[in-house]
Amino acid sequence: MGLAKRIIPCLDVDGGRVVKGVQFVDIRDAGDPVEVARRYDEQGADEITFLDITASHEDRDTMVHVVEEVASEVFIPLTVGGGIRVLEDIRTMLNAGADKVAINTAAVHNPEFVRQAAQRFGSQCIVVAIDAKQVSVEGEPLRWEIFTHGGRKPTGLDAVEWARKMVDCGAGEILLTSMDRDGTKAGFDLALTRAICDAVSVPVIASGGVGNLDHLADGVTEGHADAVLAASIFHFGEFTIEEAKRHMAARGIEMRL
Amino acid sequence: MSSVALIDYGMGNLHSVAKAIEHAASAGTRVTVTADPAEVARADRVVFPGVGAIRDCIGGMQTLGLDEAVRRAAESRPLLAVCVGMQALMDFSEENDGTSCLGIIPGRVLAFESHMPAPVPGASLKIPHMGWNQVHHVSDHYMWRDIAQDSRFYFVHSYYVEPAGADVIAASTAYPVPFTSAIARDNVFAVQFHPEKSQHDGLQLYANFLAWNI
Repeated sequence: MGLAKRIIPCLDVDGGRVVKGVQFVDIRDAGDPVEVARRYDEQGADEITFLDITASHEDRDTMVHVVEEVASEVFIPLTVGGGIRVLEDIRTMLNAGADKVAINTAAVHNPEFVRQAAQRFGSQCIVVAIDAKQVSVEGEPLRWEIFTHGGRKPTGLDAVEWARKMVDCGAGEILLTSMDRDGTKAGFDLALTRAICDAVSVPVIASGGVGNLDHLADGVTEGHADAVLAASIFHFGEFTIEEAKRHMAARGIEMRL
Repeated sequence: MSSVALIDYGMGNLHSVAKAIEHAASAGTRVTVTADPAEVARADRVVFPGVGAIRDCIGGMQTLGLDEAVRRAAESRPLLAVCVGMQALMDFSEENDGTSCLGIIPGRVLAFESHMPAPVPGASLKIPHMGWNQVHHVSDHYMWRDIAQDSRFYFVHSYYVEPAGADVIAASTAYPVPFTSAIARDNVFAVQFHPEKSQHDGLQLYANFLAWNI
């Protein structure tokens, strides 16, 4: 009895539409974000995360409207990531109805931005998104580095050290994505997940690689994650959130059913 | 027509709280988001949500004269305090190197970090306490109408309330040991969790507040 582990469906939004992850060759339209969010809320999602993968400024405004509309009828926590670069971006999203924002690249360019954001808005609404990739070769102790630009650009930053530093700067939560696993449906990088979860004192969301319901449960039991995030397994009706929660509960994980 | 004042001391976004109350309200209820003490004084019911750090909250309230407005509401009309709003009702908080609060309910606000044990030896307690946790009703209160015992509500906080008297405890939640997650005294009700982020049960709690007759 106590705090439940969370399932967080993630909506990649491009130009006002939900799209399947960018890593896939065949990008399929997964619908209107407001409708998709409503459906996940009905299925019992514990939170919803929107990742704005749009490039242009006009489409950014579209994201603000999406958040406003969802926040008016979906009463669970909402996180918005993608393109959060200055304090004003955070204010805009919080005013639109987001509860948390996820900062990614901007944190890598300027860690002080995370500190300023946490001071201004409170740690509870600052999520730092970490995209990590394994850099150790076989036979070496496992090591992961932070990558930006969708996993293409190495930064030389050690993932575990970086996670600790972000928490010191005031991050209230870490959204950890394995760039090796993202889009593969092969399951989370459990060694990476466990290394980060055990290293920091804030909740960690595991992301990248979910292909079946056991992967979600493994993220908690073996990866020590506080929450698990997935996109494609939910978008096309393969599994409902409710099925995922029941499966995790059957594996002995405390869930909100 | 009945009216609800939602206190806005300028520290954060009250969009969700306002929408949730509107969602739970009947057609005859007027919901106003306000920083004006006179508006708060006129309202039939008052909701005091808290966001941000406690020192900013108390400071912002004092600057706008809202601290007195809340004290007066606490004497006479249904008052619902949420999250930092609940903490602000107490005497004192450990946050921001120690902050004097409104002193409406005797008690203190403590940091999880310095007062709670590890969940299992060797592991650290994740702070903030973030997510859906069970709310165990200690008293049979109108505010719990149509809300099942041990239902889950959404929490996000690093400090928790320790009231001086156990008689005001309306609910408790374990993280990892039980702390006070709701307080009730006469016309005052306060919750540490966020009803506006707690889906059906959260909306039910707001509906109960709007129908609560003292």
